[in-house]
Amino acid sequence: MVTRASIGPLLNVLASGLLLISFAMLSRRRTQRLIILFAWQGAILFLSTCLVAYSSGLTELYYSAALTLILKVILLPWILHRLISKLGAQWDSETLVNIPTTMLVGLVLVIFAFGLTQPISTLATTITRHTLGMALAVILLAFLMMITRRKALTQVIGFLAMENGLFFAATSATYGMPMVIELGIALDLLVGVFILGIFFFQIREQFDSLDLHHLEALKED
Amino acid sequence: MEILLVLGLPLLGAVTLALFGARRFAPELNVGFSLATLAAAALLVLRVIHYGPMLIGREQFFVDSFNVFLVALTAFVGFTTAIFSRPYMRIEELHGSLNSLRLRLYHSMYQLFMAAMFLALLTNNMGLLWVAMEAATLSTVLLVSLYRTKASLEAAWKYFILCGVGIAQALFGTILLYFAAEQTLGREGMTALLWTHLNAVKGHLEPRVLGLAFVFFLVGYGTKVGLAPLHNWLPDAHAEGPTPVSAVLSGLLLNVALYAVIRCKVLVEGSIGVLLPSRMLMTFGLLSAILGAFFLWRQRDIKRLFGYSSIEHMGIITFAFGLGGPVANFAALLHMTVHSLTKSSIFFTAGHASQAAGTQNMDGIRGLVGVSPTIGWGLMLGSLAILGMPPFGVFSSEFLILITAMRGHPWATPFLLIALGVAFAGIFGKVQPMVFGESDAQPLPHSPALVPVFVHLAMVLVLGLYMPPALAEWYRAAARLIG
Amino acid sequence: MRGITFVRQFGEVVLAIAIAPLFAGWIAQCRAWMQNRSAPSLVQPYRMLRKLFQKDAALAKNASPLFRTTPYVLFGTMVLAAAIIPSLATDLPFARAADAIALIGLFATARVFVSLAAMDIGTAFGTLGARREMMIGFLAEPALLMVLFNAFLLSGSTALPSLVEFYNAHRFLIDPSLAFAAIAFVMVLLAENARIPIDNPTTHLELTMIHEAMLLEYSARHLALVEWASSLKLFNYACIGFALFIPWGIAAGGRNGSAATLLAIAALMGKLAVAGAALALIESLSAKLRIFRAPEYLATAFLLAVLGLLVHLQIGAR
Repeated sequence: MVTRASIGPLLNVLASGLLLISFAMLSRRRTQRLIILFAWQGAILFLSTCLVAYSSGLTELYYSAALTLILKVILLPWILHRLISKLGAQWDSETLVNIPTTMLVGLVLVIFAFGLTQPISTLATTITRHTLGMALAVILLAFLMMITRRKALTQVIGFLAMENGLFFAATSATYGMPMVIELGIALDLLVGVFILGIFFFQIREQFDSLDLHHLEALKED
Repeated sequence: MEILLVLGLPLLGAVTLALFGARRFAPELNVGFSLATLAAAALLVLRVIHYGPMLIGREQFFVDSFNVFLVALTAFVGFTTAIFSRPYMRIEELHGSLNSLRLRLYHSMYQLFMAAMFLALLTNNMGLLWVAMEAATLSTVLLVSLYRTKASLEAAWKYFILCGVGIAQALFGTILLYFAAEQTLGREGMTALLWTHLNAVKGHLEPRVLGLAFVFFLVGYGTKVGLAPLHNWLPDAHAEGPTPVSAVLSGLLLNVALYAVIRCKVLVEGSIGVLLPSRMLMTFGLLSAILGAFFLWRQRDIKRLFGYSSIEHMGIITFAFGLGGPVANFAALLHMTVHSLTKSSIFFTAGHASQAAGTQNMDGIRGLVGVSPTIGWGLMLGSLAILGMPPFGVFSSEFLILITAMRGHPWATPFLLIALGVAFAGIFGKVQPMVFGESDAQPLPHSPALVPVFVHLAMVLVLGLYMPPALAEWYRAAARLIG
Repeated sequence: MRGITFVRQFGEVVLAIAIAPLFAGWIAQCRAWMQNRSAPSLVQPYRMLRKLFQKDAALAKNASPLFRTTPYVLFGTMVLAAAIIPSLATDLPFARAADAIALIGLFATARVFVSLAAMDIGTAFGTLGARREMMIGFLAEPALLMVLFNAFLLSGSTALPSLVEFYNAHRFLIDPSLAFAAIAFVMVLLAENARIPIDNPTTHLELTMIHEAMLLEYSARHLALVEWASSLKLFNYACIGFALFIPWGIAAGGRNGSAATLLAIAALMGKLAVAGAALALIESLSAKLRIFRAPEYLATAFLLAVLGLLVHLQIGAR
């Protein structure tokens, strides 16, 4: 039985789970693992949104939780999965430069995010106020992942993970954005992934690989 | 009603062209829809002139003197670009770089892009503004990669990822804004994100939150404006996409993104004072102006060259908005107008010039006056206009900005002068041999539609020589609104 | 009264010494099941020890006294550590005598001795193993300290018993920082006890072995003591983990009746059974890392622990 008083700590646990997955994403080499981690992140988001909905008594948050479940736990991982099996990229892995350094940079980003949101967290009246910093940390870590990766697919997963962080920020700081806007965001996300799917095929057709090393021809000369 | 027309017509156009975009008459259909949109926008303008600002659709949409002028500009340039693209895209098809299916995609996405921009301009809701900006990005990504060449794919990828990341930052800013609004306005569903409501209570919004939100807004929407150091996508996307897309990206999308930044700035300044936002805008603006000007020198591709010129000019406009005050804002709005008219006309001529020469490399483009005098002189005059030569409107706005900067922030003037000087030498030195000199290029198979070029340039010239009082009053009202 | 507590302390240590090989045997059995092999008997480690104790010890000609005394030192430190760690009850005399930082020092002492002894004979393998062992230890210790700090921030003390008592006072405490610390701790445990991602205790493949390389020169009773000490070390680590993360059942707050003791023993056995199965599962699922990747692995553990600290500070004192 979940009492309302214990929701705050529970949410903190879920937020830490998100953070942990972000770090795991930084250190994973295999694309398929990343997709699974992304789905897990979505699942945690779903749980946390349900918790916030329960504690705040806002029914519209249940809708966005359902949206999360459908879109981020089922649909997007499934699409990505289909994509990599169609592209024959299941076993793709990439060589990462120096994981400890990346993790260290990630740690600095976490400190930065926590420091940045500290003054704001004290203002918030919602039960979830501590999680704003974690959400920002998740966003920045996804950003770091996009910078350090050289594969098109992993960059996209980083992009989606960043969106997860944003969604978490929205639920944790404000009990969710208005429904219309959330629908708009979800639509944009879906269309974005769809376009990227088209893109993958175009890129592979042209370059015979999804490695972004090929996409460095346009430089200042 | 007019607002619905302005929003609905391009959307209808997108659907129609998605169905019929592969037919012979598709370019004409595109022009038709753009013309209808322009007419609707004109009606909207008349209405605003008569009845003043208005709010409709349960306050979700609004028009005031700031956005109505951008709506008019967007509709106008959208229409002229559609005229230009008619022969241009036919020539591309004839060259075999496009087939009719891709043309269908192009036409449909073009209208969708216009719809997204109108939505961004007209919405009163900061969340919808974000959604519209993202939609504008998504609709142009496939346009940038329309040729499916390696370079265009790379450009589109960069465009998507950089703008996607940037716009994610803007979403975080929006969340923070909503968070602050909720503390003041309470949870009233959609109203907490309405700009007009926020504007009314901006003095009570929590300054710490808004300060942070502004940083995210500036980084996020600033990426789409092409502010340095987040400008990397811009020259690539301009160079590799089809020329009409370059023209609307440069002439319209950058303006709309800057419009979003300024809307946020107004709110933030009400809460934390002018110091931080104006400092940030001035810094980013100057940096972009200088960086853009210096990078001009190293370009070989004609469209990249003018892409960097756009970065430079966006920098100048951002700087002017950072200066603040009625004069600087007036100058910035004027510069937005003349830049968008001039830059799109330059892209029109540059597109035909590279079609005639068969390359976008400036070393391969020679003696345009000999091939087609209209293209040659159009490019020459456009370049002179964008460089701020006296009779043109760019001169007046740049002059105003310089004067204001000298009065309030004398330290910035040398930087501005360096940027302008370097850009002048860079562009003029490259354009002059392209226009004059010997050439053996063939004439184009379809006669180019260069009326828009000269219409645009004539308007810029008129704005430089004589500004109609009604227009000046309009700019002044908008400048007052921005504060 | 004091006499009684010493008797109970003695009982705890004897129990630890007695069941440590059983724990090792249980892990081996679980691993065998998971890998579809027929499992060795649960008491196999005891048979092994008996066999070794019955043999005559053979020493290298140039072995110094250090080499001969090391097994005893090793065994002694591990027994002492077992006395300090509150595996059954918190109010025992030794448990109060030293805190967790001293405990890490104790483990470090054992490491220094075993490394010196490995180099004593002068064979190539011994030196190689010693070098690798020191590298692993050098990286694992800060990570372990960070893990402990996580827990100490909660209880406000560096002594393990007070941590256990703190938990008993706040029964349904959920602190996410402990989740990070727990993962980091398991990683350190695997590394420190020569378990699979870092070392494989069942092979003698010269290119990869660490722990076994150091023991090659030992035989008979010396080897028996060293092996016993190794299993005690694993047992000790497991008990530290229980004290840090799942201290339920440990007799705390002066409850020292026989019911509480029996409950504590039953809880310990249950937790050991689960932990052994979990360790075997982790070992079966993961592949051994190349030795060059070990720093990466341990750095990850360290970062996770630091992350736990940060999260704790972010969420703040309640």
